[in-house]
Amino acid sequence: MIEKFDAIVVGAGPSGNAAAYTLAKGGLSVLQIERGEYPGSKNVQGAILYADMLERIIPEFRDEAPLERHIIEQRLWMLDEHSHMGTHFRSDVFNEAKPNRYTIVRAQFDRWFSRKVKEAGATVVCETTVTGLLRDPAGRVYGLTTDREGGEVHADVVILADGVNSLIAERAGLRPKVRPEHVALAVKEMHFLPREVIDQRFGLKENEGVVIEMAGTITAGMAGTGFLYTNGESISVGVGCLVSDFKENGTSPYVLLDRMKRHPSIAPLIADSEVKEYAAHLIPEGGYDAIPAIHGDGWMIVGDSGQFVNAMHREGSNLAMTTGRVAAETVLELRSTGKHMTAHNLSVYRKKLEASFVMKDLKKYRRLPSTLHDNKQFFTDYPRLLARAAETWFRVDGVEKKQKEREMVGSFFKSRGLRGLISDAFKVARAWR
Amino acid sequence: MTTATDVVAPRIAERLSQNRYLVDEGRPHIRVIDKGKPSPALLALVTICPAGCYSTTDEGKVEVAPDGCQECGTCRVLCADTGEIDWNYPRGGYGVLFKFG
Repeated sequence: MIEKFDAIVVGAGPSGNAAAYTLAKGGLSVLQIERGEYPGSKNVQGAILYADMLERIIPEFRDEAPLERHIIEQRLWMLDEHSHMGTHFRSDVFNEAKPNRYTIVRAQFDRWFSRKVKEAGATVVCETTVTGLLRDPAGRVYGLTTDREGGEVHADVVILADGVNSLIAERAGLRPKVRPEHVALAVKEMHFLPREVIDQRFGLKENEGVVIEMAGTITAGMAGTGFLYTNGESISVGVGCLVSDFKENGTSPYVLLDRMKRHPSIAPLIADSEVKEYAAHLIPEGGYDAIPAIHGDGWMIVGDSGQFVNAMHREGSNLAMTTGRVAAETVLELRSTGKHMTAHNLSVYRKKLEASFVMKDLKKYRRLPSTLHDNKQFFTDYPRLLARAAETWFRVDGVEKKQKEREMVGSFFKSRGLRGLISDAFKVARAWR
Repeated sequence: MTTATDVVAPRIAERLSQNRYLVDEGRPHIRVIDKGKPSPALLALVTICPAGCYSTTDEGKVEVAPDGCQECGTCRVLCADTGEIDWNYPRGGYGVLFKFG
């Protein structure tokens, strides 16, 4: 006999877990299917956890979730080949009782989150790959097939939390193909060091953590960023660029990562560490305009599968958890009023997201992906110009300051031209608005 | 003759050796579909696949050995329009098993 559930959730990442947990807590019969050996075994992230969005789902998470360090310092670096410049913001205020941001290790965190999903009453099946959706002649999704024997299951609604590749929705024709210019390929290594060494190198104590976000010549002229996050006893180091740029540029991602690790500002931070894993993953970075249809008759899309990432602010897992929760709440509301899971009724999900920070933030930066894609000077010329200007300014060599100012301003005009400078400023302002 | 792939191959092999995999022997989840002369997108994978799964043959064809694949989907996305890659997730439980992620 074919089993039927109120809801099926595909995938056990942050969005799938948020959805499955909320649905199960709401009293629905929930099946969650994960293709990995355990939840987290297929998942990759930097990773920073934004507490607020998890707190709305599991208020007491701090008491039990595997958290690495709470973040007390944010560095934003612009790098050229020899230098970095940027801002550091460190505040003791971030040593609050309920910190806002933590570094996490996803394989551990996702397993914990999945335990909570099971405790809430959902059936979680791992080591099972979903092979397709079941649809009636009218197109309504009523279940799915898996690679298990007799692996057909039915449900009133299927929530697709299957990640950036969104294979199931794409194959079912529910969404267009993922475009190379809408996803970044990121590679990351886990560098292990004793806790005291990390504390010393970054000036930290008692689970305090530092995150560094970087841009500049480390991406070899491609649109992308690098990052370095302190975990308890390891440092996550990675770099990512648009897949379309990798294709044009022809640089190997691991060559790029190796070069970044040798950068004079980065090398000392990870010196003498032991690398225990090398991971690669795609990040949806197409922004608002790349978001596909996220609901239809009997189905919804949440998390990375829906391109829910704010690339500018490096936010993803929070949007994943929020979209997962909101999708589940929509289902619960429809159930409680006796309504069916039709496209029309499920459109409440989209409306709720449009009214929240999720869509508002993505809309704010909707022009940013194409602006950065089409204007590589922001990753090459400007970091170099700024580094040279700073070098000129800080070097004490008997050259009078007015002359130094002329040289600095002149170098910008020479490189970008008056029109270029004005147009660049205009583009940034427009993309930021 | 030393090709570009020969130079990077040992480095990537060493890198991937730190990872955990459960390889589904005899059932590769990615296949290259021969459509004649490889497209620029397919050729690009020889350098940009983060696991170094792609290589060129003496006849100038591109082949894939997905044992070290991290299931990122870069090749799938890049060759979606050319149809030169048949890409599936490995069977449940198989493939890369991230220890940290």
